[in-house]
Amino acid sequence: MMLPKATPREELLTNLRAAYARMWVRLRGSNREVTGLVAEIGLPILTIGAYVILYRAIGLPPTAGAAVIIGGAMIAFWTNVLWNMSSQWFWERESGNLEMYLVAPVSRMSVLLGMAMGGSVNTSIRALGIVLLGIFVFQVPFQLADPLSVGLVFVLTLVALYTMGMLFASIFMLYGREAWNTASLLQEPVYFLSGAYFPRIYAPVVPFALQAAGSLIPMTIGLDAIRRLAINGEGVAAVWPHILALIACTLILFPLARRALNYMESLGKKEGRLTLRWQ
Amino acid sequence: MKRDLSIETKSLRRLFKGIPGKGDVVALDQVDLEVHDDEIFGLLGPNGAGKTTLIKILCTLLLPTEGQALIKGMDVVKRASQIRRIINLVSGGETPGYGILSVKENLWFFSQLYGLPRDFAKDRISKLVDQLELQDYLNTRMSKLSTGYKQRLNLARGFVNDPAVLFLDEPTLGLDVLSARHLRTLVKDWIRTGGKTVLLTTHYMAEADQMCDRVGIINRGKVLACDTPQRLKTKVTGGATWKIEITPSLSELESVKSIPGVIGLSTTDNIETGVTTLKLVLEEESIMSDLLSKIRENGSKVLNLGKSEPTLEDVYISLVGTGME
Ligand SMILES: Nc1ncnc2c1ncn2[C@@H]1O[C@H](COP(=O)(O)OP(=O)(O)OP(=O)(O)O)[C@@H](O)[C@H]1O
Ligand SMILES: [Mg+2]
Repeated sequence: MMLPKATPREELLTNLRAAYARMWVRLRGSNREVTGLVAEIGLPILTIGAYVILYRAIGLPPTAGAAVIIGGAMIAFWTNVLWNMSSQWFWERESGNLEMYLVAPVSRMSVLLGMAMGGSVNTSIRALGIVLLGIFVFQVPFQLADPLSVGLVFVLTLVALYTMGMLFASIFMLYGREAWNTASLLQEPVYFLSGAYFPRIYAPVVPFALQAAGSLIPMTIGLDAIRRLAINGEGVAAVWPHILALIACTLILFPLARRALNYMESLGKKEGRLTLRWQ
Repeated sequence: MKRDLSIETKSLRRLFKGIPGKGDVVALDQVDLEVHDDEIFGLLGPNGAGKTTLIKILCTLLLPTEGQALIKGMDVVKRASQIRRIINLVSGGETPGYGILSVKENLWFFSQLYGLPRDFAKDRISKLVDQLELQDYLNTRMSKLSTGYKQRLNLARGFVNDPAVLFLDEPTLGLDVLSARHLRTLVKDWIRTGGKTVLLTTHYMAEADQMCDRVGIINRGKVLACDTPQRLKTKVTGGATWKIEITPSLSELESVKSIPGVIGLSTTDNIETGVTTLKLVLEEESIMSDLLSKIRENGSKVLNLGKSEPTLEDVYISLVGTGME
């Protein structure tokens, strides 16, 4: 008995369903536990609040607070990409789920896409919380001349960021001996280099070129663009290079992610590394 | 001729990198296997024999080192994505899924990996939930289920895409007696729906005897015998199976095993009574006198001696050499 091949339409539908289900699982799972919700939204707000109060106390202008609020909101996505996207296959392998994804007729890309969508929805809620905190509790001044561009830059940043997460996911799986350590290693330096917690525009502790090169993540680019748009009240003309850079990032990262995933899978199948335990 | 073959392997070989300096581990060696439509095929063999390795290759999770493996005539290496649509795998002792999600949610999630439309998935899930008697736990989080119920969920997941070829790697591991029996009935009923094939591994000989149309006995990566349980029993043991009860236990098992003509030997100790039961497969009955004197030399007393009906376990013992426990 030979089986007919699935039509491209059927294949697409299956992959979309899988991506949606993975997103749903992510949202369902993380929002079910109250402690998780508090940890994800409540705790980062405390850190950022502390910075805002500190900058106010040492007499920096209120826009410094605004810069930190945006920085905190954006860095939340990086944390999410690291702890949930990049280390995803690693954890799935540990829990025995990876095999179930691999025997299923879906692209690994769509599973990761679902994870990314779930993660970015969740994190957006958290980021919104941080921004509202800034506006209503600390009354930091935002100056929005071009809200549409803010939206555009924000979306482009997320797309580039999560594509990077997909690339990391395969690398982490095979080489991240302890995903925990690898993620930590990428977390702290990026916090520092991206200047997320510094009032960058007014006190350039870390110059932008160094930030972008040092952290090498799309988030730094997006962060700088959004600060210009939402704090300085600049228009889209000021952030063209950022927009192009973000698009370029995605265009480079996406095929890389695909290849890395395929490579990861075939290497895993060759060396028997797709499962930790065998019976 | 190939048309009704569900699973076929041709000189299949799989190596793993061993400990540095000790050479490669040969997990599968020249395995030729044919499993037909509507067949439940059992793989028996000691730990490390290569059973899981074979299943993983057939499930497209592992590449063969040499040789070929086909599912419904499709090569597992070249046509993996097509094969994945029609197979599923359940490994006992593993509990895939998300602990924070309920039984129903987990099943829905897995159904989506096969792209089942919403209502269709719902129907199938409620049927599976009935069949596996999971009704009372529908909304229970997976992390709160007992081992046996987790395994039932795992099995329900295996049926979620109604696979044409189902791989069960020690499916009754951790199930109580009744649940295991229930599962065996379920699989047998399912195979009767037609066009299905099951390949399972188990360490329970009685289970294989009861369930499988044919069994293959595998050791150190080689298939030693492959036939119906009944034919294996007559063929391999030749009917000369003996059961001897002694006390106290033998201090030197090896000396008995090394008597020429002893094909297989397994022992079970009854700790309460202090009686040890030896099951032996002998080449000829004349060996018995040598055997009895060796037992006496060992300082053990023979309490009982008799011929026994050959079981699949005897077949296994005579082929693999030692008891399973
Ligand atoms: N991923 C792997 N990497 C290295 N060696 C492996 C791997 N998987 C299996 N092996 C080795 O291959 C051999 C066969 O293992 P396999 O898991 O197939 O045995 P099995 O028959 O399923 O045993 P059990 O009854 O214990 O489940 C063993 O020597 C094992 O150590
Ligand atoms: Mg095994």
